Amino acid sequence: MVIRMRDPFAALLGLQRAMEGVMGTDWFANRTSGAGAFPLVNVFNDGEDFVLVAELPGVKKEDLDIQVHGDTVRIQGKKTVAHEADASVHRRERAAGQFDRTLTLPAELDAAKVSAEYRDGVLTLRLPRAESAKPRTVSIN
Amino acid sequence: MSMVTQEVAARAKRELDPAEERTEAGTFFSPYTDIHETEQAVVVSMEMPGVDKASIDIRLDKGVLTIKGTVDPARYEQLKPIYSEYNVGNYVRTFSVSTKIDAARISATVADGVLTVELPKAAEAIAKRISVR
Repeated sequence: MVIRMRDPFAALLGLQRAMEGVMGTDWFANRTSGAGAFPLVNVFNDGEDFVLVAELPGVKKEDLDIQVHGDTVRIQGKKTVAHEADASVHRRERAAGQFDRTLTLPAELDAAKVSAEYRDGVLTLRLPRAESAKPRTVSIN
Repeated sequence: MSMVTQEVAARAKRELDPAEERTEAGTFFSPYTDIHETEQAVVVSMEMPGVDKASIDIRLDKGVLTIKGTVDPARYEQLKPIYSEYNVGNYVRTFSVSTKIDAARISATVADGVLTVELPKAAEAIAKRISVR
C-alpha cells in the first residue's frame, strides 16, 4: 500500500494503519539478530530503494555513526540526557546510553549511493540496492 | 550527568490510555518526559521525534500545562511500508503545575527531537532563604 496525501489527518491515519499491517512481519526473518534492539526501525520500499527510518530523540548528529557493508547496515552512537547539576528531579523517564544495532537486509546494497538524513530526531537512510541485486527483465525470443 | 557505558534499551512508544481518549482519530503517544526544578524555574523536556518547532503547541491554562506535537506524515509519501517496529503518531501530554508560573516568560526550544520548555517561577513562588541569626 502506498500512502497518498490528501488531507494530512487522513494521511496520518492511513500511515498508521499501513504500519500496523506490517508490524511483526517476518520480513527480516532470522537475518537480523538484534530485532527489537534500540533504535527501533521501520523499513519502506521506494521503487528499488529501501528506506530505513529510526527515531533517535536526543542523539546529536555528531554522535551518530552509520556503516553500510554488503547487505548490512550498522547504526551506532550514544544518546545523552543533560540537565543542570543543581536541579531537583521530579520525573525521569528519558533513557541515556550507548547503542549499536546491525541489520541485515534481504538484498546487497550499493554502499556508495547510500544517503542519510537526520532531522528532528529522526534518522532516514536511503539504501539503494546494488546493481547485481536489481531484478532484470528477461526478453523472450 | 553522563552514563554512556550503559546501553539504551528499546522501548515501545506509549499509546494514550482509553481513559485519555481524544476526539481526534488516530494514535496519540505520551512522550517520555523529564521534569526538573531549579530555584528559578521548572524545566520540562520531552522526546518528540519527528515534530518540528512549528508543529508544537504549548498551553498553560489554570495551572494545567498541555503540550502537543504534531508529526507531518508527508515524509512518508509514496513509501510502501514493508517492515515495522514502531508506529508514528502525534504526541500529547498534560501536567498540572503546582508552582506559580510567570506565563509571560515561558520559553521553549527544540533540538534533535527533544522539546525543552522552561517555566519560570512567578516572583512570589521563588523560595526565599531565611537566615537564622
